[in-house]
Amino acid sequence: MDFFTLHDFMTYSKGITYLIMGAILVFMPVYWLYLTDRDD
Amino acid sequence: MDQVKSKEPYNWFTPFNIITAVVLAVGLVLTVMRFTQGIGAVTNLDNNNPWGLWIGFDLLCGVALAAGGFTTSAACYIFGLKRFHSAVRPAILTAFLGYALVVFALHYDVGRPWKLPYPIFVSQGTSSLLFEVGLCVFLYLTVLFIEWTPAAFEWLGFKKLRTVVVRLTLLLTIFGVVLSTLHQSSLGALFMIAPSKLHPLWYSGYLHVYFFISAMFAGLSMVIFEGTLAHRWLHHKMDDTHLAEANGVVLGFGKAASFIMMGYVGIKVIGLAVDNNWHYLSTGWGAWYLVELIGFVLLPAILYSVGAREKNLTFIRIAAVWTVLGIVLNRFNISMVAFNYHLPAADRYFPSLPEIGTTIFIVFVGITAYRVITAKMPILYEHPDYKEEH
Amino acid sequence: MAISRRTFLGCLTAALGTTTGVSTIARAASNKQFTGYPDSFGVLHDSTKCIGCRKCEESCNQINELGKPDKPFDDLTVLEERRRTDEAVYTVVNKFGNTFAKTQCNHCQEPACASACFVKAFKKDKTGAVIYDESLCVGCRYCMVACPFNVPAYTYNDPLTPKVTKCTLCHPRIIEGKLPGCVEVCPKEALVFGKRTDLVKLAWKRLSENSDRYIQHVYGEHEMGGTSWLYISGLPFEQIGMREDLGTASAPELTSGALAAVPIVVGLWPVLLTGVYAIAKRKDKIARQEREAAVQEAIGQATDEMNKQLAQLKDKMTKEQQTAVANEVKKALEEAAKKAEEEAQAAREAAEADAGVDESGDADAPEAGKEEE
Repeated sequence: MDFFTLHDFMTYSKGITYLIMGAILVFMPVYWLYLTDRDD
Repeated sequence: MDQVKSKEPYNWFTPFNIITAVVLAVGLVLTVMRFTQGIGAVTNLDNNNPWGLWIGFDLLCGVALAAGGFTTSAACYIFGLKRFHSAVRPAILTAFLGYALVVFALHYDVGRPWKLPYPIFVSQGTSSLLFEVGLCVFLYLTVLFIEWTPAAFEWLGFKKLRTVVVRLTLLLTIFGVVLSTLHQSSLGALFMIAPSKLHPLWYSGYLHVYFFISAMFAGLSMVIFEGTLAHRWLHHKMDDTHLAEANGVVLGFGKAASFIMMGYVGIKVIGLAVDNNWHYLSTGWGAWYLVELIGFVLLPAILYSVGAREKNLTFIRIAAVWTVLGIVLNRFNISMVAFNYHLPAADRYFPSLPEIGTTIFIVFVGITAYRVITAKMPILYEHPDYKEEH
Repeated sequence: MAISRRTFLGCLTAALGTTTGVSTIARAASNKQFTGYPDSFGVLHDSTKCIGCRKCEESCNQINELGKPDKPFDDLTVLEERRRTDEAVYTVVNKFGNTFAKTQCNHCQEPACASACFVKAFKKDKTGAVIYDESLCVGCRYCMVACPFNVPAYTYNDPLTPKVTKCTLCHPRIIEGKLPGCVEVCPKEALVFGKRTDLVKLAWKRLSENSDRYIQHVYGEHEMGGTSWLYISGLPFEQIGMREDLGTASAPELTSGALAAVPIVVGLWPVLLTGVYAIAKRKDKIARQEREAAVQEAIGQATDEMNKQLAQLKDKMTKEQQTAVANEVKKALEEAAKKAEEEAQAAREAAEADAGVDESGDADAPEAGKEEE
């Protein structure tokens, strides 16, 4: 994608970043459960 | 014990209830004025000063002072300081009410409040720090609501639902800390876009860090302060655990606040050095800056330390109120006093009486909600059915 | 008019080459560079040519249908006051001595309002205009906080449909191929419309050709990342109400640091906090285990002690018993020995007494007889 202004670029890249943040917040607790469910 | 108390005839005509009734009545009148005649009819806001008391106090102070929710629950559930357990519920409740009131107050301040969901659901301005704040406040309000529901479920007797939510405690607490870190800091970062308007002593590349760190000791101080008020007025609602742990909470939180405040003073001085702002200290603005930093951060931090060392709860309680005032002063300085510092006196902002009235109205709505909820639900005491759990 | 100017500017570009007119570059953290929309338009205001006739204000008012002003546009006394843009006025001309400064939206290359807006109600268009979309606006007024030029205004007295107002660069007219209203009406050619890159060169050409008449600074070339409106003046800009301390960093550059911290917090806080939780929990567990072990040990020790004591007691008792038996035996033996001694003694005495009668005889007999008694 071509961006002519930093603002447009940031709006786009931060939009993707927010989606990744959401994914991280969902994934990390699940991964922790997977990591520790055999602990006594 | 709740039931026993409520059987006695309730005296509605206490001085505080009468004041509350007057404030709420005036607030309703102001509300009608605001929504029928526009923002201009009730505020002193103008084109040079688009943000006033409703942002400076209701939003900035409201959010900072509601930080007790995430600090207390983090101390108890993440850092494992179980002796603070009885402080968690009141702190969560005040945080939830605080954030709910922030959102409530925003309905007065923004031009078209029915569009408040737009940034999240319609058009996401992701380059804006206000988007970050809006998203986090929305999510955190949800988290706080869920964290608060066990109290309501206990009151209503929904045991299964309660169990489900209680099992999510750690997850909710971590989410709460993440979201709080983000929006507390982003509130400060809002002003980073306007270096030409905010006085250099308050403008800093560290504004987001300052807001986050100061929110931590604001939250801790607010828990102590609210605890003091609750002990004075709602003593009969508290159970033995709460009363037994209360002094430990005051001491522990006072100690924590004092240490964080010293760290804050340190990074504020670093900020001065990084931007080489020393020369401003000899100006009038510098004097005001030092009043804020020394008079309302350093001195209460020292009072806290004396209180913690001498096990003097009165000192700690005074320091808590002092610190809360310091936070309000800091947020006022950044959003109003040192903002637009370059404008001539005639163009500066001072809140109108209806603006102040609306803010007081919103505070009283919060106090009233707190009193109603603590009267009905197991906040300051543990529900007898769930006593043995933790 | 516009065409002739553009033709002129085209020649100018060829003449000046690329030696001047470097546009400000906005950088992302990764050193990505953005130079703005190519061929976007702008306006150059030459304040040395402006006569303060307020014709631009009038034209703006009519085109944007802003309603009749309090004082008519031919009333030039208003120039004496310091005015700013507001909900009914998108451009104002202020008088500073004999110099006039025009204020309106500068249409930043990297608009602070757009960067601040949390609903994307502002957009930098490819024409150079910063356009506002009322239908998205919530009315938070953060754009007004963000704008370094204090341009956007708000219709505070409208209870239901309040909105932000500002100059549109006559975007609808530009699309139609027309000039912005203020530029078209200007009788002194104090306003020049054209491609921004060309305007920068034109401005510098005027500055260098008349260095005694102009301050050597093109305002808007770099301010806040550059603006579509450019200004040249004979007086320092600070003296004609324009701030010279805005810096060259654009709005998105100012906030990019704080914004960049956000995803890192989301990425690392859960790791850190869960780690702290796990450590606290493990400490608790170890403490509990140690406590339990200590209790076990204490119980074990107590049992041992008891057993030991019991054994000792038993031992002691046995010993005592044995001693008692031994003592009894000893006592019995001693008594027996004593008795035997006494008897022997008695026998001896008896024998001595008998010796007078029968010394040789049966000495035992009377004793035995005595015993039998």
